[in-house]
Amino acid sequence: MNKHRFFIGLTLLQTIFLGLLLMHGEARVATLSGQQLPALRATVRSLQLTDLSLWTEARYTRHPSQADRFTPFQDFPSALEHFPAGSIMAPVRSDSSQP
Amino acid sequence: MRHLKILEYALSSLLRRRYKNLSLVAVYAFTIAVLASVLFLTHALKTEATRLLVDAPELVVQRVSAGRHDLMSTESGERIGAIPGVAASRPRYWGYYYDALTEANYTLLGVESEPAGLEMVEGRLPAAPGECAIGQGVAGIRKVGIGDDLILIDSDNIGTVLEVAGVFRSPSDLLTNDLVVLGRDDLIRFFGYPPGRATDFAVEVYNPAEVDTIAGKIKRLMPDSRPITRSEILRTYAGVFNWRSGMMLTVFAAALIAFCILAWDKATGISAEEKREIGILKAIGWETSDILELKFWEGMAISLTSLLLGLMAAYLHVFFWGATVLSPVIKGWSVLFPDFRLIPFIDPYQILVISFLTVTPYVASTVIPSWKAAVTDPETAMRG
Repeated sequence: MNKHRFFIGLTLLQTIFLGLLLMHGEARVATLSGQQLPALRATVRSLQLTDLSLWTEARYTRHPSQADRFTPFQDFPSALEHFPAGSIMAPVRSDSSQP
Repeated sequence: MRHLKILEYALSSLLRRRYKNLSLVAVYAFTIAVLASVLFLTHALKTEATRLLVDAPELVVQRVSAGRHDLMSTESGERIGAIPGVAASRPRYWGYYYDALTEANYTLLGVESEPAGLEMVEGRLPAAPGECAIGQGVAGIRKVGIGDDLILIDSDNIGTVLEVAGVFRSPSDLLTNDLVVLGRDDLIRFFGYPPGRATDFAVEVYNPAEVDTIAGKIKRLMPDSRPITRSEILRTYAGVFNWRSGMMLTVFAAALIAFCILAWDKATGISAEEKREIGILKAIGWETSDILELKFWEGMAISLTSLLLGLMAAYLHVFFWGATVLSPVIKGWSVLFPDFRLIPFIDPYQILVISFLTVTPYVASTVIPSWKAAVTDPETAMRG
């Protein structure tokens, strides 16, 4: 009757460790939301930023919110979209959302 | 007590085939770790983007010429400013710079005066001509710091020497990694903007409920303009990492298919050895329900261990090790790419979905074939 005790103990240990990780996450969210987020939002406000600096390979991947969904195909007539990041991200906002 | 004894027997049974089951746990946990990593990363990025960009300009107005983004005249800004309900219309000056030396693209941004109270800058923003502030990515790739010179080639192919007055701190990498902030006049000179032109306009509206109406008025007043509201910016980032994105479709679908193959392999039949074992158990007096419980515990022991290991690995991977395995996939051709120091926003719903999508099919695929063997005559089952 030792194996089931070991299994239950191991499962409990894993659950506790995962719980601790999630609690650590919650604590970090609370701390960073209070300290870091306001400073980052002030940066966005002051510099009038519109996008995240994630993909710098092309204009439409650097500023997806400022590009049309046909921008990737504008390099030359019948151009194909060829930047890898373009295939990673979902198509940008729908044209119908524009006024 | 009876359940514990069946669990004990199930664990002994798993240990008899320990190498097969250990490798199964390893593959299963890896699959869950990949699925969970993608979900954690995309959710954290999406949440951080939406929390940061609520302070983006309320309305950005661009000019579109021949289907492309074009410079706007400052006179257009004045026309926008005259629309009732518009509080201010401020020109923005920014553009892209390809640095042949490092083969990286930078975003150059012009500021009029030093915005007060920017904690995210070590040093300061440019206050005098010939100064700049740069992101960590630019500082790292050009190996420059505060007080050093950054040399960029302007539109006349002449080297422009800029003194680095400030460097953005690492926590802001997600926003500022590729930024080079210059004084407005420096930027106009650098790109050779024609007089009276700006890149676009940031429009401030008195009543947030009127933003869409004002966007419509601007579009009617200047048909060649393209107004982009803050809600559209937020919607873009809510959508960039949704299930339709390539990352989700490729990584998530590949991992899910691998898991389906694993479950299918289990579901399509049990080995002759397992059938014989079930036959013997039936012959010595085990009920069908006992055998089903035995198989349930076997499936549960494997899937629960794998789920917990996979979730822990995914959390550590994304929030402690900066998603090092996924980063090269996401990076594409970007020379400058920020290190992920994400705020661990976790959606409990996602953990429930992962658990349900992985544990349930695996336990079902363990129990169902055994049920077929358990209801057969013990002798037939023992003969395989």
